[in-house]
Amino acid sequence: MAPPPRALPAPQEAREWLQTMTLIRRFEERAGEQYARAKIGGFLHLSIGEEATIVGSARALRDSDYLISTYRSHGHALVRGTPPENVMAELFGRRDGVCHGRGGSMHMFDIERRFMGGYGIVGGNLPIAAGIAMASDYSGRDEVTLCQFGDGASNQGTFGETLNLAALWRLPVVFMVTNNQFGMGTALGRHSAVTDLCRKGESLGVPGVRCDGMDVLDTHAVVSETVERVRAERRPLLIEAVTYRFRGHSMADPEQYRTKDEVEAWKQRDPILTFGERLVSEGVLDAAGLEEIDAAALARVDAAVEFADASPFPAPDELFDDIYVLGDGSRGWYSVETTEERSAGAPSPDGARNDEIPQQLTSALAAGEEGGEPEGETVRRRAAGG
Amino acid sequence: MAEMRYREALGAALREELQRDERVMLMGEDIGVFGGAFKVTDGLLEEFGESRVRDTPISENTIVGMGVGAAMAGLRPVVELMTINFSLLAFDQIVNHASKIHFMFGGQARVPLVVRMPQGAGHQLGPTHSHCFEALYLQVPGLLVAVPSTPADAKGLLKTAIRDENPVIFIEHESLYGTRGDVPDEEDHLVQFGVARTVREGSDVTIVGISRMAVTAERAAATLSSEHGIEAEVIDPRTLRPLDLDTILSSVRRTNRCVIVEEGWPHGGVGANLAALIGEQAFDDLDAPVQRVTGADVPMPYSKPLEDIAYPHEPQVVAAALSALGRDAAGRTS
Repeated sequence: MAPPPRALPAPQEAREWLQTMTLIRRFEERAGEQYARAKIGGFLHLSIGEEATIVGSARALRDSDYLISTYRSHGHALVRGTPPENVMAELFGRRDGVCHGRGGSMHMFDIERRFMGGYGIVGGNLPIAAGIAMASDYSGRDEVTLCQFGDGASNQGTFGETLNLAALWRLPVVFMVTNNQFGMGTALGRHSAVTDLCRKGESLGVPGVRCDGMDVLDTHAVVSETVERVRAERRPLLIEAVTYRFRGHSMADPEQYRTKDEVEAWKQRDPILTFGERLVSEGVLDAAGLEEIDAAALARVDAAVEFADASPFPAPDELFDDIYVLGDGSRGWYSVETTEERSAGAPSPDGARNDEIPQQLTSALAAGEEGGEPEGETVRRRAAGG
Repeated sequence: MAEMRYREALGAALREELQRDERVMLMGEDIGVFGGAFKVTDGLLEEFGESRVRDTPISENTIVGMGVGAAMAGLRPVVELMTINFSLLAFDQIVNHASKIHFMFGGQARVPLVVRMPQGAGHQLGPTHSHCFEALYLQVPGLLVAVPSTPADAKGLLKTAIRDENPVIFIEHESLYGTRGDVPDEEDHLVQFGVARTVREGSDVTIVGISRMAVTAERAAATLSSEHGIEAEVIDPRTLRPLDLDTILSSVRRTNRCVIVEEGWPHGGVGANLAALIGEQAFDDLDAPVQRVTGADVPMPYSKPLEDIAYPHEPQVVAAALSALGRDAAGRTS
């Protein structure tokens, strides 16, 4: 027998959850379109279908809690309040992107909002999450870190290593596996011997619970309870959110590993439609209210596309920025690079060729040279005190 | 000034930085109760307690990754790996994460993390415990790489590394832990990164020695002087990133000859890189090709006679210097 449905939160909160899920959905759809128009390069992993998992879990956190996720992380930035304009600009590789175009789709980040990043290496974020939780604990702060990763990551070495260490040191971290049924194109039952993923941490000292990742109410209830237990008990716990991605793993996915019927069956449980219907049935919203939320989300993502398109590409002389924090403790050559060769003749992002070295670049580099230094093709970056 | 062993100098640096800055904490396998596989951290657990000196499970990738996360969240973790060979298990966290986070997140986060570990052959530890991997880490933009060869540099560079805002790969040498030297005992004995140490002045040939090979190069220089009347200038770069290329180039411009000595493999090694830089920057000043003395291009064998010939010793450095000067093995001009 199915459990009784979870109660709704206060109307204003319920509306905000729907708004944010809708914003993520519309953002991802627009991103997909812009990818098809080649405005976005590389890989693009969309969260369509997983909105309840994202919003339900993130809304269980305090602002001071940390969230860390994977290469499928546009929604995680948005749910924490990063403006969609800057997330879209990052996808476009522009200067106004959250990471100034350095990270792209897989590497969103917003330190101000304690979104500690999307990570491109499967399982790479687990140790980092435990380290953040250790810093909270070490400093006597009661923050919790919520670490999300996919079912595929539960097979990485870091899963076992990090859960063991987090349990051993009683770190305030919630490990949350977003079980969307596939590690890329390999179904759960074909990649994990244990398919009850909520039990996969038991032998490591991390018991788990499961939530319905298609239901924002259930996700929120389970994650809230778990987060507060972790905060109070100072120990890690595991959550398995059972969900489904409606689109391919990335944009380059013919989806030969699943049937259309299977996808359609899951779409019957679309987390946004079902939650919207619930809000209407309980009188929180009417049909016009639903329309309004959708129209507002569409307008916002259109503005984000417009903003991203207007944002400039990073200039060639920004290539070396932020590789190092230059300080007084060092001098000498940090990097060796034939930047002049790289700039001259290299195609610029809009397809034109830079046949001349930008003046700013050469003079910036010349300023770093000492008198008597031979002129050569090799230019080097030197520490401030050098 | 106090005479101390290399391992004691490292321990002193850790103790002083733990005292100085509450954010500094240590993690590693057997660094606490056991006192450290090489006794560098001996006594620190008793002095600073279990929160700041943490014994970890054998999970290299995760302890480095936790160091990354803790550094991002405001701590200054110092992770000890038992040897550099085991750091390959943590290569993902070092290369894909620690080195890139500041850059790929647009400067929003910093990773002031130190990963300490020893390297080197000579103890019959065989193919998986004896290698030198400074070249692997040197290659990665975003990392700083220190290779101290004296107790004074071990202390001064480690203190600087802990205070630096970047991830630092701090490479110690197993054979140097017991060596003695004078170490300034003042609290603020810091050695700047990117400043080479001229071990010995000379005008005939420049010998650049990396890590322990700075010691080997110094001994070779003494032999060159006493037996061949050749005065070699010996330079220890102390850090490979940033690199004090200026000191090396200025020496090469005076001596016109250069020998680079390293314990690691020849292909894509530190010497290969440095020889290329010297070739690009000082080609016209060279009177002979840059010579490299490196470890043999083989996995390190266990058997003592084979191990001995698989990494450089003083005679090979002397021979390379003589060759750079156009002399045969007996020192005659050929």
